[in-house]
Amino acid sequence: MEKFGFAISKGRQIDYDANSRHIAAYISEREPSFRACIECGCCSGTCTTGNFTRFSLREMHILMKRGENKEVHDNIRKCMLCGKCILVCPRGVNTRNVVTLARQAFQIYESNAV
Amino acid sequence: MQFDIFTLPFNIGLYFILIYAVVRCVRWFSDLSKADKLRLQRGFFGRPFSQSIREIFLESLIHRKILKTNPRLGYMHMSLAFGWFLLILFGTIEADVFGTHHLNAPYKAIFFRFFNPDHGQTPFERSYAFLMDFILAFVLSGLLLAVLKRFSSKIVGMKKTTRLKPLDKIALTSLWLIFPSRLIAESLTCGAYGTGSFLTGTLGSFFASFLPANELAYPFWWLYSISLGTFFVLLPLTRYMHIPTELFLIFARNSGITTGDQPGSYKEIQTYSCSSCGICIDACQLNFSAGITNIQSAYLMKGIRNNTNVSDIAFNCLMCGRCDQKCPVGIELSPIRMIHRRNQENPVQSGKLIDRYFPARLKPVQPKTVPEPSYAWLPEQEVEKADVLYFAGCMTHLTPAIRNSMISILDASGLNYSFMDKDGGICCGRPLMLSGQDKEARELINRNSQIIWKSGAHTIVTSCPICYKVFRESYYLDVEVLHHTEFIQKLIADGSLRLNFMRKRIAYHTPCELGRGSGIYKAPKDVLKHVAQFQETAFEDENGLCCGGSLGNMKISNAQRRAIASDVAAELTKGNPDILATSCPLCKKTLAAVTSVKVADISEIVASAIIDPAEKKKSKDSCRMPDLAVDFKM
Repeated sequence: MEKFGFAISKGRQIDYDANSRHIAAYISEREPSFRACIECGCCSGTCTTGNFTRFSLREMHILMKRGENKEVHDNIRKCMLCGKCILVCPRGVNTRNVVTLARQAFQIYESNAV
Repeated sequence: MQFDIFTLPFNIGLYFILIYAVVRCVRWFSDLSKADKLRLQRGFFGRPFSQSIREIFLESLIHRKILKTNPRLGYMHMSLAFGWFLLILFGTIEADVFGTHHLNAPYKAIFFRFFNPDHGQTPFERSYAFLMDFILAFVLSGLLLAVLKRFSSKIVGMKKTTRLKPLDKIALTSLWLIFPSRLIAESLTCGAYGTGSFLTGTLGSFFASFLPANELAYPFWWLYSISLGTFFVLLPLTRYMHIPTELFLIFARNSGITTGDQPGSYKEIQTYSCSSCGICIDACQLNFSAGITNIQSAYLMKGIRNNTNVSDIAFNCLMCGRCDQKCPVGIELSPIRMIHRRNQENPVQSGKLIDRYFPARLKPVQPKTVPEPSYAWLPEQEVEKADVLYFAGCMTHLTPAIRNSMISILDASGLNYSFMDKDGGICCGRPLMLSGQDKEARELINRNSQIIWKSGAHTIVTSCPICYKVFRESYYLDVEVLHHTEFIQKLIADGSLRLNFMRKRIAYHTPCELGRGSGIYKAPKDVLKHVAQFQETAFEDENGLCCGGSLGNMKISNAQRRAIASDVAAELTKGNPDILATSCPLCKKTLAAVTSVKVADISEIVASAIIDPAEKKKSKDSCRMPDLAVDFKM
């Protein structure tokens, strides 16, 4: 078979039935302001960590709400909790608590899984 | 043989509590670290001993600190503690002098009247009886206040009083019963024998006029003994444990033992020393501005004592340190809270009563399952060599006015400086520490330390009190750490910064991390007084308020933060200042959002007062007109 450099790309649809949104549920239960996020990206714009990496809290929010937790899990510990995002958030989301709760949720669900 | 069966409850209670207190103290002592044991030994046999005795007298008996802040509440505590102490002291002397033997058992002094009903015949005995009555009246007056306080705490000038658990209530009732039952028992005995002074004598003859006083007295002596016995037996399980523990605490503290950052014996001593007086509740802004009334330090201590899960309480706090300042016992409340943030305990709760009252002491700290280092991705930064390093900090980058002002001040100072986080550096680590993640914070600290070392600077200046505190306390650096207010004060003092005097009235908001957190009160005010007219507010220095924006609290909502900030802004701008000054970018941002008064950082005010170099040449000798400054104060 000749190789022409083409491949079948992975499916990109978001399967809400397959994805587990337990992390988002855990957070919004304890920090209701999580739901107020409009994903405007102000937090990512001011982020201390985002200054060095492509870490984006906005992205984390979207991914968690979609239930695509793998990437969130790999990146959420990069946050330094400095709190700039709280000050710029136009919706009053308690972002530091969102990050802390997300870390907590991963820790709890991971230890339960073992 | 002078003994009566009714003294049994008292005797059992007394010997139980004495033995319990001794055993507890020995165990606390043996759990202290080796260094702390040595400190305590040195302290006990050294100079701190007399200091401790003095403090025990002034604080545990007279309650001087409470008297200072709230005279009525202080009187209540003093009359109960000091009055009871005097009653015991003079009762013992009375039994020794007027009794049949010397060196009597304690019960003979306590129930002296019962065993010597006809005491009070000679004038000397009568005057002594007057003294005893007087002390009893003193105690009863305090008791009256205490009872009234339970119904309305406003009577003693408190907005809120601590909520109690059932066992506390039983102990409280038995405590309340002690003195009235003593009064009635003594009065009835005195009435029957025609003795007693103005209180017991008068009341006694009144009772005797229509009651069989002699027969009635006995049940009241029983009641007196039982209430004493109940109180003593319940003491270890209730907040009244603070009575014996506080003595130990005072010795330990005066010997130089501090809480540190790990749980231990001294922390336990402190939690048991809390009397749940509720002064921290009144001091707490979350209480009076945001309406959160269950997380104050008194409840934290109560939760720790009762072995309940306090992680929610521990994290719901601004860490402003107001309660630390106000605590009359001097418990290091914030460090204890930090310990509980660090060791986020598992919320495993068994509902068994025995576990609640007899917790496994000094639980082994479970190592947290923390994933691998999270900040390995941080890039290596190029470092400029400089004498002075300016670290703006995350928050300052959100307030460009402060950053630009600092740059113009640094330029004007003519120092060889370098802007460490010009393009946005990494966080100082304090926010992570406040959320109990010391290990992660340490990674950031190491990163920043490296940059500072490489720069070869001898001074590091920061604009953010949060960074300032962590630089000073948790970075092991061989450089001078200055907050920009201290730095500006130095520049003014050595003449490298010349400033105009502004005709403006300025009120100052002390940031928590700079004031109570680091003890910097004078420098910011000196700078302000140098450039403008300083206006006092009702909340200065140790009594300063928290703006509400604190990174210490993870739990409160945006609305609650705003409520706190609005209250603070309203209080501080009561004198209609032209500018509300602060020295923290976070405070500035929080306060500016809720007030119409101009909020500015001290660096901004100073930068706007810098004298133009061209003008500087013109009037070299006296740019600042001191006479004008004096006139302006009028």
